[in-house]
Amino acid sequence: MDYATIIEILDSSVRLGTPLLLACLAGLFSERAGIFDIGLEGKMLAAAMMSGAVAYVTNDSWLGLLAGIGAAMLFSLIHGLASITFRGNQLISGVALNFLASGMTVLVAQSWFQQGGATPSLGPGGRFEPITLPYAKAIGAIPGIGPIYQNLISGHTILVYIAFLCVPATWWVLYRTRFGLRLRAVGENPAAVDVAGVSVIRLRYSAVLICGLLTGAAGAYLSTSLASGFGREMTAGRGYIALAALIFAKWRPWYALGSTMLFGFFAALSYRYQTLDIGPLHIPNQVMEALPYILTVIILAGFVGKAIPPRAGGEPYVKER
Amino acid sequence: MTMMKTTLGAAAVLALSAVAALAEPAIIYDIGGKYDKSFNEAAFHGAAKWAKETGKKYREFQIQTQAQRSQALRQLAQMGANPIVMTGFAFADTLDKVAPDYPKTKFVIVDSVVKEPNVESIVFHEEQGSYLVGMLAAMASKTGTVGFIGGMDIPLIRKFECGYAQGVKAVAPKDKIIGNMTGTTPSAWNDPVKGGELAKAQMSQGADVIFAAAGGTGIGVLQSMADAGKLGIGVDSNQDYLHPGHVLTSMVKRVNVAVYNAFMEGDNVKPGVKVMGLANNGVDYSYDKYNEKLITPEMKAKVDAAKKEIIDGKIKVHDYMTDNKCPVQID
Repeated sequence: MDYATIIEILDSSVRLGTPLLLACLAGLFSERAGIFDIGLEGKMLAAAMMSGAVAYVTNDSWLGLLAGIGAAMLFSLIHGLASITFRGNQLISGVALNFLASGMTVLVAQSWFQQGGATPSLGPGGRFEPITLPYAKAIGAIPGIGPIYQNLISGHTILVYIAFLCVPATWWVLYRTRFGLRLRAVGENPAAVDVAGVSVIRLRYSAVLICGLLTGAAGAYLSTSLASGFGREMTAGRGYIALAALIFAKWRPWYALGSTMLFGFFAALSYRYQTLDIGPLHIPNQVMEALPYILTVIILAGFVGKAIPPRAGGEPYVKER
Repeated sequence: MTMMKTTLGAAAVLALSAVAALAEPAIIYDIGGKYDKSFNEAAFHGAAKWAKETGKKYREFQIQTQAQRSQALRQLAQMGANPIVMTGFAFADTLDKVAPDYPKTKFVIVDSVVKEPNVESIVFHEEQGSYLVGMLAAMASKTGTVGFIGGMDIPLIRKFECGYAQGVKAVAPKDKIIGNMTGTTPSAWNDPVKGGELAKAQMSQGADVIFAAAGGTGIGVLQSMADAGKLGIGVDSNQDYLHPGHVLTSMVKRVNVAVYNAFMEGDNVKPGVKVMGLANNGVDYSYDKYNEKLITPEMKAKVDAAKKEIIDGKIKVHDYMTDNKCPVQID
């Protein structure tokens, strides 16, 4: 494996890790506020379909992104309504949304485009094009760090850079603003927040809406950057991997960056090598594809550090009994 | 009670007459879906052409999961559809069990052989068509490295790969061929994101022409190649129109002709194995207004000469499925 190959694999990891990162941060906001969200997958799927459809019709990737975010936020609102207002079981609501998205995306796409539940391929305007950062060529000529800038950092679509900026932004919102403090508190001890005179309901709704915003961007990334157009079940379990990454990251933004990029790296590696040979070991790529889940189980079992979820997570808040 | 009997009897008569009137042909598409722009879509075009020409109707079924295979077959057979055409090798095991239960129904399976007295098996000489597009790839490549991306890792797709590799080596013995398979499950036919990533990985290894024999996954491969300003090669259907100027050619496999013929023959479908190759126009390379600028007259002359030699038997293209080996080195 030479240097250029390593850079190429890392570049591919970034591309494949970005939707995971966005979805993971989405889950982080929601779960930190005490709303478990197993429906990341469904929201991404709905967003991917809507943004693919709108980007195709308008030939404008930004409108596609907006439509995707809109679809995901709608799903978030349903989740919020079921689990916050009506105090339903959050897991059941999430699973229901996943099924809803899985069936509805194909149904709607089929009735709009008659292409077997896919959207047509997007033209040049409908996709986010890779951006070449300034001086990429000049700096790329420098041996050693040059290729890192030219091939790894430059040449991604705008959504990738937005996703990476979301990490410090999330950290800042959660740990440096009043809203963030309250959001974290509402996930740990909603009664205390309530006693302080802050609305638990409103905080939790804003958290699920932010979750919708980010999953919307993740879904739009899938259909307008990574691929060109929506295809049936195109999220392919990425929502669940993002959940695994969230647990792996122990519900922290910077760790989330690390874990999603690690999982993206596994995916890139398994795409690149059919079998990986490490000395005498033969590792088939199914093992690589399963690694995120295996690692999550290991973390949950408490072998590597301890993952403690927000204490009030999964429980609807009841003001008085 | 008598009333009940009469009603039931009437219902039965109605049902019977419905079956008799319903000798419509049927087609079942594999998991890649009717609109995969490739294999299944070719089959669909064959069926659609038949419907247009005869003005008759046909039934169709798109399976979504593995479990639906036998269900779909039995349902259509019970409804009286005849013949029932299915696209894809994956139906072989199911058909093996279902066909004996409906001896009066004729089944047609594309891409696999099922030895039952009421089954026609249509197989193609994919290695011959792949050989031709391999020659074109080698002639169009500037880097001396060409790629192959297959769908599910099965002998049939290895057959494409092996034919392609032989074609490449026939033109440029020193060229390197990089081969990848998308996966080992049927979902490998429908993963354009992974296809695009595989194409990028092969391009970083120097490939500048990539042949995608991967159903819906190939759409991602062709997209990536067009984005990078390099050349893809389509499969099954003519895919040259997808990215004009960036699809060198397509290895056309005339599944549409196979389906059309089967529908035309109706109940007279002849059970047994039917092989379609270059000689009877079952496979070919595409040449149309979208790629005529990419294929120079010299390239075309060379490929057409090879085509003739294959038909005449002067060039023997090795079929991977005969011994599960390829005489050519693929990285």
